Amino acid sequence: MANKSSVFDMIGPVMIGPSSSHTAGVVRIGRAAIRVLGGIPEEATVTFYNSFARTYEGHGSDRAILGGLMDMKTDDANIKQAFEIAKEKGLKYSFKSIGNASVYHPNTVKLNLVKGDRKVEVLGESLGGGLINISTIDGFNADFSAQAHTLIIKADDTSGAIAFIASVIAQEKTNIATMSVSRKGKNDKACHVIEMDSGLQAITIEYLKSLPWISELIYIPDIDL
Amino acid sequence: MSYLFEDFVGWKAYCEEKKVPLYAPVLEYEIAQRGSTEEAIWSGLLRAFTVMKDAVETGLREEMTSRSGMINNGAKKVYKYPKAVLSPEFQKLISRALAAKEVNSCMGRVVAAPTAGASGILPGTLYTLQEIHGLEDQHILEGLLVGAGIALIIEQKASLAGAVGGCQAETGSAAAMASGAIVYCLGGSIDQVFNAVAITIQCMLGLVCDPVAGLVEIPCVVRNASAAAIANSSAQIALADVSAVIPVDECVEAMGEIGANMESKYKETAMGGLAATLTGQQISKKVLIQDIEILPDEELPE
Repeated sequence: MANKSSVFDMIGPVMIGPSSSHTAGVVRIGRAAIRVLGGIPEEATVTFYNSFARTYEGHGSDRAILGGLMDMKTDDANIKQAFEIAKEKGLKYSFKSIGNASVYHPNTVKLNLVKGDRKVEVLGESLGGGLINISTIDGFNADFSAQAHTLIIKADDTSGAIAFIASVIAQEKTNIATMSVSRKGKNDKACHVIEMDSGLQAITIEYLKSLPWISELIYIPDIDL
Repeated sequence: MSYLFEDFVGWKAYCEEKKVPLYAPVLEYEIAQRGSTEEAIWSGLLRAFTVMKDAVETGLREEMTSRSGMINNGAKKVYKYPKAVLSPEFQKLISRALAAKEVNSCMGRVVAAPTAGASGILPGTLYTLQEIHGLEDQHILEGLLVGAGIALIIEQKASLAGAVGGCQAETGSAAAMASGAIVYCLGGSIDQVFNAVAITIQCMLGLVCDPVAGLVEIPCVVRNASAAAIANSSAQIALADVSAVIPVDECVEAMGEIGANMESKYKETAMGGLAATLTGQQISKKVLIQDIEILPDEELPE
């Protein structure tokens, strides 16, 4: 992010209070997570870690995460009524607090989400000023900011996979901002995380999904749009 | 090439050389650095100012009790109190700054200007300024751009975050933005605008961030009111050409130096100051979640 600060970082953002890290950032973690899940969850287990563990209620981070999980934006006045709206929508939720998790960032939230047959676990960090990092998805290192358009691909760990994916993206004249690849074990699947300056067309996403060596593809357009 | 807001001396030189008003380089900067259009910037500023005014009015009209109970409709009480300490305008200024900040503490919609913790200061001052002097919205929006330019410099040379520079970085910066905007809107010269910024910073230097129970409530809400008052007192001094003596760029450097040397217990950690008082700790015990699983020191999650 070599970008210079914007006038609207100084006079803004417009947001629901009280705190950019405890409300705005948490809403954004929720918005990123439902794009990983592929929709608004039926069940959400939310674990607040470390500094979040004791303060989430006072800062309204519990309402903020539910608001984000119901696709509310950071300036949505309905966030304050997130509990009531979740009940209406049939979103079941529970909260847990865990302290002293030294491997985690001070402001970390873990989301275990269920929608139909699909279950995901997303770990998000609120970095301050509303900025976030989605650190893991189902145990894979993801590490993306959700500021740009993000592509997450789980694929067989074969040679040439990275170059192939990059060349498909290049066809759309989309600039890759960051790209990382990680895997759990040597013969396990690799997880590619690619952040792009502009979005991809549906046809490109469908093509990548159709490839036999790609087992899962998650596309997360800019979460603030 | 747009001006990059490295310091106040450079901003002034740029305006004098190009013979443009103070807000013009801020507009150019946003267009050049962020690829924005002039139209989008003005409409964004109008939206921000509208949200600011809404926050003031919401805080004076609706029920404002925070989850902790520490914030409990203070702005309305101040607004309605029958005796004005100085003048009805001063009473309105204070209650409006409180109102917008209470909205923030109670999960309402605000503009983080520059931060959420300082979100009552520009609304309180600009709402009151516009009312007293009958200013057009466009004039206030230019003032907001001047405020943004002030914040851009402070961000680069010091900090805008309480966790980095203490409360001076948040309410201090907001007060400096407000003071500069006031003097600009009242037709002050570049030197007078920057002098107002310098005087405001001098008044706000050293403020620590010591929120009770770590919440953005005590003392944040009342500090938004005092910062709004200081923005106005500094503007009054600066308009009369009373010099801050220490130039504005050096005042910002002092703010950065103080922030860098401030102990971490005074930087939003709720470990010192008011947060560490007997009552602060009692409130913290009551407000914070106690039902929490603490992992043993060695064991890692999962």
